[in-house]
Amino acid sequence: MKKIEAIIKPFKLDEVKESLSALGVQGLTVSEVKGFGRQKGHTELYRGAEYVVDFLPKVKLEVVVPDDKASEIVSAIENAAKTGRIGDGKIFVIPVDEVVRIRTGERGGEAL
Amino acid sequence: MRQGRIAAAAAVVLATPAYAQESTISSGDTAWILASSALVLFMTPGLALFYGGMTRQKNILSTLMHSIFMIGIITIQWVLIGYTLSFGSDIGQFVGGLDYLFLNGVGQDAAPLAANLPHILFMMFQGMFAIITPALITGAFAERIRFVPFAIFSVLWATLVYDPICHWVWGGGWIQANWKALDFAGGTVVHISSGTAALAAAVVLGRRLGWPHEPMPPNNLPLTVLGAGILWFGWFGFNAGSALAANGLAANAFVTTHVAAATATVTWAMAEFTHRGKASVLGAASGAVAGLVAITPGAGFVGPIASVIIGGIAGVLCYSAVSWKFALGYDDSLDVVGVHGVGGTWGALATGIFASTAVNPAGADGLLAGNPSLLVAQFVSVIATIAYSLIVTFVLLKVVDALFGLRAVQDDEILGLDLSQHGERAYNT
Repeated sequence: MKKIEAIIKPFKLDEVKESLSALGVQGLTVSEVKGFGRQKGHTELYRGAEYVVDFLPKVKLEVVVPDDKASEIVSAIENAAKTGRIGDGKIFVIPVDEVVRIRTGERGGEAL
Repeated sequence: MRQGRIAAAAAVVLATPAYAQESTISSGDTAWILASSALVLFMTPGLALFYGGMTRQKNILSTLMHSIFMIGIITIQWVLIGYTLSFGSDIGQFVGGLDYLFLNGVGQDAAPLAANLPHILFMMFQGMFAIITPALITGAFAERIRFVPFAIFSVLWATLVYDPICHWVWGGGWIQANWKALDFAGGTVVHISSGTAALAAAVVLGRRLGWPHEPMPPNNLPLTVLGAGILWFGWFGFNAGSALAANGLAANAFVTTHVAAATATVTWAMAEFTHRGKASVLGAASGAVAGLVAITPGAGFVGPIASVIIGGIAGVLCYSAVSWKFALGYDDSLDVVGVHGVGGTWGALATGIFASTAVNPAGADGLLAGNPSLLVAQFVSVIATIAYSLIVTFVLLKVVDALFGLRAVQDDEILGLDLSQHGERAYNT
């Protein structure tokens, strides 16, 4: 199993979710995060006080999938989240040792 | 002194048989001043929102509390002792005597300084000014003052600073009697006195932890805009009500007030756009308040076109003034000095330039009407107010600090005053 972690632009979340649903993904976890990469922050100005805001809002999406599905899901996220402009984000793929469905006690691929 | 008031009152007295004391009271004037008193009161919750929106999230409630609680404590102070110190029979042209202590003799009969109004209404209208003035100062020490010392300071400030200055200018004291300086609705009494006190407070309390290198962006600018709107609305009572009658002079003050606020809204935003490339909403709202401050002393002495100039200059001047604190290094959190001190000073001097007896025969002609002596009188009243407020406020703050400790301890300031002083938070999500 693989965990796919994607940091994307917040307004792309719906498109990404829909493209994953189309591939049969049945659940994922989303969090609002802040960070910086090559995309520059912005400045805010309040009555002469200037603040440089480095950390920009992003969405982090986490989904765990069977090994054989990982690459098509990564591609789906890549295509849906892409605008071609700086700040589109990154995708990480991480191996997962074990999964437990708490309600039933199922383990491994069964629990996905 | 609200010169319009005296003239109106004198006219009524002359036209009325001496035995009919009751009949000098005008129902129309009384109705307008009742409404104006409510309008002026409403400015203080408006100020609470204006200030509260500009603080950080952890300090908004404490900032709202400064204004809301002020309504409570200064109302009590005013009816017990403040009114008589301001408007009681003169003692050495410095302060009012104690004849109206506990509102003794202040009833429904005609007010001595406004025969067209019930005395008790005159008292309450003036009381609303006494409430908002110390509330204006609170923007300077927001986000770092302890609550109880704040309340003690505020009551003492109203008693030792506001009440005497009010007496000098409106209650028959030396500025009114000797210099005949004009202050229609509180340029010196309200704005210069509070703006100067704010400077003393920013210096005595010291900078907020992390200022100026740590970002302190406003937590809720929509509240600030709503507050500015309420201030603008209430200011019609403040300025047009200061005619102390429902007449043409009140209408003139209403118009000059509105026009100056509108013009300063535009010029502050334009200055910002020219200087930094963007016109901000906070700038537009701040401009409105700066214009309202600047027109306050002259509202009933200048005409509408003069108010375009007064408001227009106020917008640019105050925009520039709010940056002075960065150069000079004092942390006036919400820019009370830059808006009220500088705007009030400009307005008081502008009154000496633009005042015209064509607008208000009970006023005076200013520089442009060929009378430079009024500008001298305005200058004297400005310097006296600044000097007195700065010195007395500074000493008062030092005394309250020594006795009670004004500044929140570091952990409390980091946690935020809402939790550390009041045990609650504004936003629970």
